[in-house]
Amino acid sequence: MSVVAARAEPGRGRRRRLVSPEAATAYLLVAPAVAILLLLVGYPCVLALYLSTSNAVVGDLGRFVGPAQFTRLLGQEIFQQTLRNTAIYAVTAVSVKVVLGLALALILAGFGRHRLPGSRLIRAVILLPWIVPTALSTVGWKWMFEPQFSVINWVLVRLGAIAYISDLQWLGETALARAAVIMVNIWRGVPFFAINLLAGLIAIPDELYEAAETDGASPLARFWFITLPLLRPVLATVVLFSLIMTISDFNIVYVLTRGGPLNSTHLLATLAHQVGLVTGEIGRGAAVSLFMLPFLMIIVFYQMRLMRRKWEW
Amino acid sequence: MVAARVRRALPLYLAVAPFVLSLLFPFYWMVVTSLKQNSELYDLQAIPFWFRVRPTLAHYAYLFQRTAFATWLGNTAVVAVLSTAIAVVISVLAAYALARLRFRGGETLGAMIFAVYLVPTTLLFIPLAQVVRALNLGDTRWALIVTYPTFLVPFATWLLMSYFRTIPRELEESAMIDGCSHLGALLRVVLPTAIPGVLTATLFAFTLSWNEFIYAVTFVSSTAQKTLGPGVVTELIRGDVYYWGELMAGAVLGSVPIAIAYALLLDYYISGLTAGALK
Repeated sequence: MSVVAARAEPGRGRRRRLVSPEAATAYLLVAPAVAILLLLVGYPCVLALYLSTSNAVVGDLGRFVGPAQFTRLLGQEIFQQTLRNTAIYAVTAVSVKVVLGLALALILAGFGRHRLPGSRLIRAVILLPWIVPTALSTVGWKWMFEPQFSVINWVLVRLGAIAYISDLQWLGETALARAAVIMVNIWRGVPFFAINLLAGLIAIPDELYEAAETDGASPLARFWFITLPLLRPVLATVVLFSLIMTISDFNIVYVLTRGGPLNSTHLLATLAHQVGLVTGEIGRGAAVSLFMLPFLMIIVFYQMRLMRRKWEW
Repeated sequence: MVAARVRRALPLYLAVAPFVLSLLFPFYWMVVTSLKQNSELYDLQAIPFWFRVRPTLAHYAYLFQRTAFATWLGNTAVVAVLSTAIAVVISVLAAYALARLRFRGGETLGAMIFAVYLVPTTLLFIPLAQVVRALNLGDTRWALIVTYPTFLVPFATWLLMSYFRTIPRELEESAMIDGCSHLGALLRVVLPTAIPGVLTATLFAFTLSWNEFIYAVTFVSSTAQKTLGPGVVTELIRGDVYYWGELMAGAVLGSVPIAIAYALLLDYYISGLTAGALK
């Protein structure tokens, strides 16, 4: 309010303008951002819509074929398989990440509460899987799943779970390959959940727990009636965010399996890459990618609602 | 006293141990593998967790002498530094306007930038590849320098907006009464106060660019223009032959710069991560 007064002061002759000096400055400041987003996000969006309704291939923009690509995709075995894979991948990975991330956050909160030595160091090192380049750390995992020299299998042999190191072909059998890509996704994502949920836990006022304790509430009751409800906004934000990232994942599958064996690990993004760029059917590839859009829109909608609610507090 | 403290602490240490071990083991395993001689690496009888024969730097030497690894490292650094610089400048300007100035369409624009921030890179990579080719940037590092701001700007703008909002308006107002324009107030008053925010945004933008993979693997195909991720993933694996020692050495070296930046600036990372999260 006082800004208005301060702004009105310099009054440079002209009384009425179409755009106030403040707004003019603002448009100038946002112009580069708007330009780059229009050219490199807005236009590609339009192009995606065009391509996916065309029969474009590399070097030829093709012609309009309407929703033919979408209907054809929906009828294809490989695409149905990919949708199923994506659903399994996202639901499994995100649920496990919630559980493990929350467990880790609760442990770390305990470290903080009792001021235990090493808590800062532990918090620092557990974030590493999230921070380093996923494509490269997944190469490390690929070596751990190697058919002849898998360190995981080496341990399993010593534990007596399998007879030979080559007994489990992690990336060669459909169920195991699926488990492998999900495992790496969980490994990479748990730190993100843990650190964010920890921030949410720390924000819960101690008095609530103290009051509950004097009322004789058990630790489980305190978790159920205080921690979980108060953690819900953070939990919802993190889950929505992780859902987007997991549904749209590419790196892990591309490096580990390229979608194989028998397309059992293809996600929308890796299939789009294969169809659109390896095979060169750009139109169909763009259509595959666009199947992420409905999920994305639902998540953006909820995410925005969550944020607005937070602002009202 | 002490006994009670230990009794309370021990379960927590025991509980956190499996998490720490499983989260860190892949890194340990990568480092150990990268230092092992081939004869030991492919020996089923060897104990995998430690060295039986002398460790070697041969895999690292191979990377620099026999592959384009040094070029990829340089390309990655150039792409990350330039795209981060472009994105942070653009974002500071936009975030200031969105957080502080009143103009028509401001709120809608803020919401749109947030929505774009949630758009995954894998949604638009195919049409974007066409755009890159149309701009005559296909198969060059510039394809990445120009396209990375599409995900860096929304993220950094969003992060900076929340920082700018925490700076008291009085600071700018007094600067403007002293004759500063909005732009002057931004440069002389707001930016110096918001340095932690700008640093966080820069750090995250740099990390996101350094780690980016799908654009890098689809827009660039010639060896001399590649960045680290695609270089290691596509060129150190020839046909069915995997050079595991070199692969691990490459993965370790490619992660080290980020790990160092992270170790030095941990608090900024954590504040950025929990402020708006990153992709």
